[in-house]
Amino acid sequence: MRFFLTHNKIISSLGFDSKAVVDAISNGNSGLKIFHNPELLPSPFCASIISSEKIKSEFNKISKAENFKKLEQLLILSLAKVITASKIELGEKVGLIISTTKGNIDVLENNRHFPKERAYLSELGKTIKNFFGFKNEAIILSNACVSGVLAISVAKKFISEKKYDHVFITSGDLVSKFVLSGFQSFQALSPNPCRPYDKNRTGINLGEVSASVLVTSSESLSAGVQEILPSESVEILGDSTCNDANHISGPSRTGEGLYRSVKLAMKEAKIEASQLDYISAHGTATDYNDEMEAIAFNRLGIQNVPLNSLKGYFGHTLGASGLVETIIGMHSLERNTLFASKGFDELGVSEKINVISENIEKPLSIFLKTASGFGGCNTAAIFKKVEK
Amino acid sequence: MRAEFFIKSFCRIENGQVMFNGNTIFTTESEIFSNFSKETYRHFEISYPKFFKMDNLSKLAFLAAEIILKNENLDADKNNIALVFSNRASSLDTDRKHQKSIENSGSIFPSPAVFVYTLPNICLGEISIRHRLYSENSFFIFEKFNAEHLQLYAHNLLRTKKAEKVLCGWVEFDGDDYKAFLYLVEKNAEIPHTVQKIESLYYNE
Repeated sequence: MRFFLTHNKIISSLGFDSKAVVDAISNGNSGLKIFHNPELLPSPFCASIISSEKIKSEFNKISKAENFKKLEQLLILSLAKVITASKIELGEKVGLIISTTKGNIDVLENNRHFPKERAYLSELGKTIKNFFGFKNEAIILSNACVSGVLAISVAKKFISEKKYDHVFITSGDLVSKFVLSGFQSFQALSPNPCRPYDKNRTGINLGEVSASVLVTSSESLSAGVQEILPSESVEILGDSTCNDANHISGPSRTGEGLYRSVKLAMKEAKIEASQLDYISAHGTATDYNDEMEAIAFNRLGIQNVPLNSLKGYFGHTLGASGLVETIIGMHSLERNTLFASKGFDELGVSEKINVISENIEKPLSIFLKTASGFGGCNTAAIFKKVEK
Repeated sequence: MRAEFFIKSFCRIENGQVMFNGNTIFTTESEIFSNFSKETYRHFEISYPKFFKMDNLSKLAFLAAEIILKNENLDADKNNIALVFSNRASSLDTDRKHQKSIENSGSIFPSPAVFVYTLPNICLGEISIRHRLYSENSFFIFEKFNAEHLQLYAHNLLRTKKAEKVLCGWVEFDGDDYKAFLYLVEKNAEIPHTVQKIESLYYNE
């Protein structure tokens, strides 16, 4: 059985569909801005935040925004487009995966219009499931910053076990006081736009996006569905998740879990390092993360493969990051363009890696997506362009 | 149809009681989890000071994993035991603590030692560190125990040889309520790894 990532939609401060977001990246635009908002954080911070008003006005075209939290509106808006485009009927064999770290955590704040019960992720699952009328309970994956890529691997497993023919994944997290204050307590936030892998990097920026995608297989594609697959569709060649077994809040110094996960993903994909055209890396712009990745990629012998971090365009989008960055990777292959790693100027990690400093047009076929997160988790997945 | 994989052992922790393979192996009168968890730690002569820094969810998951894995005679660096856990409340117990610290009371400030536990998968990281497991970790949230999805996921990991064994289950900590139910799945054991069997063990039938 072969597995595919197909219809997709991104909502971000850079734009309200995948094409608009990819165009913005292609033009070198960033959605990161400096905010002075003491309600979120006492000091100024840099983030990518989607205008609530804009989301509401879009949402009111399909339902009543006042009944839904901002995150719910975002997830529903992006998922609605993917479901419609796929023309798949939501029957018994269609699954729903939601990838998020904190969901509607902002309802824990006092004086909120919504009941505190909405902080339960299963409630978020019910809301999305019922909105569209999915027949199955939502599978919610909350596995720190690898959730978005891991969700693809989870979808593949359930299709492979024949539980589902098709799985819709939606992912998202908000830039909330809860998360900002937490990263601030780690002194991990950069007050300026982040600079992954750069000598002068000063930490991360948080961002919010909603990204949705359809995962399907060679056995589930009926003729009518196959013909309408978008040209950016990719095949999932291999994937793996490995723990560092080292520390809960810092990456392994040797990049052990990342090294192992890429190695196993490449083994499943049956490809050699020389076949990788591009690496969409995690690149949070903290000292430790970027250094760890450089070490792991050198141990793997893939240090010369062109690599970028997309965090300079929309920040670290937590539970959505792996998925939104995979979707950008799909479009990157389709456009045969490697996008510049925004914020990068001079290499600031101890081992050499090939960070993309300006857009390059060249034929592309296979890319590797990696992510690493709190709890010591690492996920790698390898995708190949579907040639029509 | 003969099951391909089997449940080797299982552990349940709730209401001040620790059960292993259906037998009660430790029980206390402590109604408060913090006392109960300390007494359990001492009773089983665990020596791992990091335990005391963990949040409640991690302590609960750690203890249940300890009961199962200490019988496995793990060979360091060669274990490929995946962890597939689930619950309903995610990390809300610790989320509420972090939330309190940011409510401008002026007296408490957010702490990285608390914030790091505001993710449910941290308990998987703690178990991975303790037992040197460089394997897959996945944490799912369901409205209630979902044996079917856990069974399919573990089956896939074993069938595709991505894991040799899978430690699966439910670890829930919410308010004063706690419950852990973990079970180890592998190739050679007795109890069939079927949805029906998993449910009957979970509901203690």
